[in-house]
Parts: sequence; structure tokens; C-alpha cells
Amino acid sequence: MHFLRSSLIVAGKDLRSELRTKESLNAAISFAIVILVLFSFAVDPSAEQTREIAGGLLWLVFAFAGALILNRSFARETANDCLDVLVASPVSGAALFFGKALANWSLLIIVELVSLPVFGLLYNMNWARSPLLLAAVLVLATWAVTVIGTVFSALTVNLRLRELMLPVLIYPMMIPALMAAMRLTTLLVGGEAVPAEDWIWFRLLIGFDIIFTSLALALVEVVLVG
Amino acid sequence: MREKTLFALGVLAAIWLVRNLYVMFLGLPDEADQGAIYRILFFHVPSWFVCFTGYFLAGAASVLYLARKNPVYDVLAVSTVEVGLAFTLIGLATGSIWARIIWGIWWTWDARLTWALITCLIYAGYLMLRNAIDDPTTRAKNSAVLCIFAFTSVVITYKAIDWWRTQHPGAVLSFRTGGGAMDPGMESMLYQNFGALLLLAAVLVAVRMRQEQMRREVESMRRYAHAI
Amino acid sequence: MSAVALDRVSKYYGDYPALRAVTLDLGQGECLALLGRNGAGKTTLLKILAGLSRPQEGEVRILGRDARHRATRAAVGMLGHGIGLYEELSALENLLLFGRLYGVQDVSQRAREWLALTSLDRVEHSLVREFSRGMRQRLAVARAFLHEPALLLLDEPFTSLDDRSIQVLQQALRNARSRGATVIMITHQIREAMEMATRVALLGRGKLLYHGPSPKEMQEDPGWLYRIHGEA
Repeated sequence: MHFLRSSLIVAGKDLRSELRTKESLNAAISFAIVILVLFSFAVDPSAEQTREIAGGLLWLVFAFAGALILNRSFARETANDCLDVLVASPVSGAALFFGKALANWSLLIIVELVSLPVFGLLYNMNWARSPLLLAAVLVLATWAVTVIGTVFSALTVNLRLRELMLPVLIYPMMIPALMAAMRLTTLLVGGEAVPAEDWIWFRLLIGFDIIFTSLALALVEVVLVG
Repeated sequence: MREKTLFALGVLAAIWLVRNLYVMFLGLPDEADQGAIYRILFFHVPSWFVCFTGYFLAGAASVLYLARKNPVYDVLAVSTVEVGLAFTLIGLATGSIWARIIWGIWWTWDARLTWALITCLIYAGYLMLRNAIDDPTTRAKNSAVLCIFAFTSVVITYKAIDWWRTQHPGAVLSFRTGGGAMDPGMESMLYQNFGALLLLAAVLVAVRMRQEQMRREVESMRRYAHAI
Repeated sequence: MSAVALDRVSKYYGDYPALRAVTLDLGQGECLALLGRNGAGKTTLLKILAGLSRPQEGEVRILGRDARHRATRAAVGMLGHGIGLYEELSALENLLLFGRLYGVQDVSQRAREWLALTSLDRVEHSLVREFSRGMRQRLAVARAFLHEPALLLLDEPFTSLDDRSIQVLQQALRNARSRGATVIMITHQIREAMEMATRVALLGRGKLLYHGPSPKEMQEDPGWLYRIHGEA
């Protein structure tokens, strides 16, 4: 399928560019680790307290570190008028968006996979119990953050205050997904099972992902073509 | 809308509000548990309906703009968002005052207040985006897309907070602290004020639309002047 | 079938008309020099043809199809003000990327051919970031012509090119035209353009003031057309 092929080419290009320079990736990982360390000074947490806020802390860290990566997403195309060449090429706006979203998602997952062990080490967490569910939360919630962030990166690509505006725009919109992610992560990182009434958060994440991905795929072409 | 019609509707809205205030203070009795302050809820609750109506209209206008590319839909979208935002702030302020008087705290993470705060942030972002784009066509297009995302998010957030609240129940801003049905006089006042505030909101939206259309004309005249 | 058919195309920025009811028909194989003062709407027109922008009024047909149709975009090559290359990728990686996006068969071989044509084969693995200006310009030409487009859109292509790059571009244009490609070129260097142009179009304040065969008078006196139409 042309859509998938183009998306993968674009994703590959973004990943190759980023992994070669590692600028955003290093910044995001450093930022995440610094916050995790700083947090122990902000609050002097007992094991019990940390367990309660683990999910909240982790997803705040991921969301903020993610902004560093998401900002670059369409911004990297403005140099040398590359965005014009991409939009003029046979790649559809939706495929361009999807490819970039895939690349951003991968980079954000890398940040999370580095941060989690650091967090586990510093705060003595035990999450061996349900690694698959935790992985599912990571996959779904990271996609939620990525979808919103990538679309808004396209919306703000030519603006003066882009770096300031992007976080301000995306965070309120992601709140439902972040709520779900925080609740589930708190349970899973604490080594607990997910009780019946909390499965609704999984459904929320899936619904959120489907709705916003569809909206993004439908509308991004309008944003990119003047 | 013709100026005279607009003015007449504005006067009508003002009269209706004044009449409602009169009935509120002199016609209705004090509420059993809350005393006099419960009257603020006659503004608090209708504000939510008005603001949500505004955001819904803005979302619809945005979809219509993207479908038809007629600038009047863009003008409608920004006007309804601004008026909706104003009513959201009224809702927040009245809720806050009510909570202060009843419970002694300025803020509570009540489901509706939380939702309103998030909504404020989202639509403030919308206005900020509009401000940052100079070209009118790009501005209309991009803010239409943002508005569609915003409304979707607002609806989802409402549901999500509801689910969160069922697990972390807390303070609730409501009339029915007594647990019984509402006095029929109070209930009708609720609807009356909803009507008055909705009419007021419609007038404000119309005024704002005229102002926006004039602004666009001045903008294009300025471009003409530069071109010559 | 014309290469390009514009029918009463208008483009507004807000209420300001950048293009006003432009009607233009260009046959295949022609080379059109698009002239006009700065701000006349030339770049706006080129962007619409490249599929980067949509007009508010009028119809645009490129090779018989809508400008945004995928088959159309695969047949169009663009050389704008920016070089359209990724700094952190190598010359070869850039060409492979665009080749694949345009669906070029044997993309590896074609890319290497173009690198040889533009004398960049020895630096095919060097990053564009390290290239000199002339090298970037030559690579940009390779990118634009790589997929053998049927329609070429060039925005002031000869401006600030060094001699070697000018030769490369002129050779590429000659080859393209010999296989029947159509060229639309915005240019202020009228002398160079007149050597190649079969037709000329003049835009003034968004309106099409002249469109026709390249006038003989312009060979000796490049400013002739501008004066005739009050745009001097």
C-alpha cells in the first residue's frame, strides 16, 4: 500500500536524521533523568508514597521530555525548504504525518525505556509482576502523546513562538490520556494487579488513540497545503 | 445582523436579566441549608450550558469552514469561542465564590470546575494560535483544525473526569445538598436565567462578529496600501 | 492535452488578491519564462502548480489532472529558493530518499548516475552539511530532475549559481526538454532565459498581462516587455 510505504520511508528518514545527531534524544533523556533525580529532593519520599505517585511522576516526565522531541518533528523540515519539497512530492499529507508520528513514537519509547530502569533503581520499584500490561500502557499512551504532539507540530511549524506554544497547546488536550496512563502505571509499577473498575482506563486510551489518530489523518493535509 | 435589531435584542436580554434578579432576590425564599448564597448557582449552572453551546457552535463552524471555505464561518468560530471562554470564566468565578462561602476554600477539584479549568486552557491556546498567525487564510484554516481537536478533547475530558471522580469522589457543587427534589420556583428560575444568559451570549457573539469582519476589511485595505 | 491549464485562477491572502483570474494554457514541451516585478504573484502561481497551495477560485489542471493528484505530483519536479536537501544526510541518502518517495525504479543506479553527472560521485557519502554552496546547488538539481519529471517548475534557478552549477542545470534542462518535458521558469535573468524560452508570460499585480511566444524584441532589449505593459 502506497500509504504505508511512504510513511515508512518518511519514518526511516526522521529516525536516521535523529539517530545520527542524537540532539533531541540526548536532551530528552538528560531532562528525564534530571527531573527524576531532582524529585527526590523536592519530596523526601517513603517507599509507600513513591508507589502512590509513581505513575503521575513518570508520565509528567515523559510528557515534558516528549515535548523536546515533538517540537523538532516538523521544525526539522523548515531548513532548506524541505517541507515544501515533501508536500509537493507524491507523499500524501496523511502519510507524511503518520511517518513522522511513527518516528516520534519510537524516539519517545527509547526515552521511556531508558528512564524506567533509572526510576526503578532510584526508588526501589518492583514491576516484575505484569510487564506485558505495562508495555501495553506505554505503547498506547505514548502513541496518544505522539499523535497530538505531531499534529500540533505541523500546526505551529511556521510560527514565531513555536517552542513556547507547542507545549501550551498540547498538554491540556492530552489530559485524558495522561490521566489513564498515570492511573494504570501507578498500579503496574507498584506491582499490583489492575482491578476491574480500572480497566476502563485501557478503554479510554484505546478510544483516545483511535479518535485522535483518525482526526489527525483526516485533517493534516488541510494544514500542510496552503 | 442589523444594528438596530442587535441593540433591541441586547436591551431585551438586559431586561430579562434584571427581571430574573428581581425575582431571585425578592421572589424566591432562602435555601434550607445554604442560606442566601445559593442564588449564585443561578448563574453558575447556566454558564456551563452557555459555554458548552458556544464551544459546540465553534466546532461546527470550524467543520463548515473547512468544508465550504467561507470566511464567515471563521468569524463565527472565533466569536463563539471568545464568548464561550468568557462564560467559562464566569462559571469558574461563581463556583469559586460559592465554594469559599460554603466550605471556606477557594478551589475544589470538583468535576465541573476541573473540566472548566482545562477547557479554559485549551481555548486560550486557540486564541493564542490565532494571534500568532498573520495570514488570514492560514489563520482560519489552522485554527479551524485546532478547534475541532479542542472540542473533541473537551468532550472526552468531561467523560474522563467523570470516571476519575467515581474513583476519587469529593466535593460536588450542587443545589441538591438536601438530597430532595428542587423547589419548582427555583427550577424555573434556572431555566429562565439560562434563557437570559443565552440571549445575552448571542448578542455578544453578533457584536464580536461585526467587529471581526471590520477588522478583516481594515487588514486587507492595509495590504492594498502596501502593494501600491 | 496541455501541460498546464489554468482557468480564471484567483488566490487571496485574506482579502488581498495575489492572483486575479489568471487564465493560461501551456502546451507540452514548451519552455515558459514567467516574468514580473517582485510581488506580482509569480511565486504564488508556481506554488499552486507545485501543489503546495490551493487557489480560492478557478481550476488548475496539470497534465490533465488535479494538481494534488498523486500521479501529477510524481510527474512534477521543483527547484525553489531553498535547496530542499537534508543537511544531516549524505548526498546519496538524500537522492535515495527522494527517489523512493517518487517511486523511481532502480533508484540506487539512477542516484549514482546523477551524482556522476553533477560531479558529486566522489563525495556521495559525505553529509550535505559539509558541502560548499556550489555542491549543494548541483545536488539540488539532481534531486529535482532525478525522477525524470514531465513538468519542471523552477523559481529563479540561475540566481547566485556558480559557473559549474549553471552548466549542470543547463545540461539537465536540455536533456529534459529533448525528452519532451515542459519547463516553467521564474527568472529575472532575462538574457539567459530568452536563450531557452519558447514562450513568455508577464504577471503584474496578480494579473496576466501578456502570454505568448517569446518576442524577438526581447533578444536585444530584455526590458522591452516590461515597458510595453507599464511595468518598467
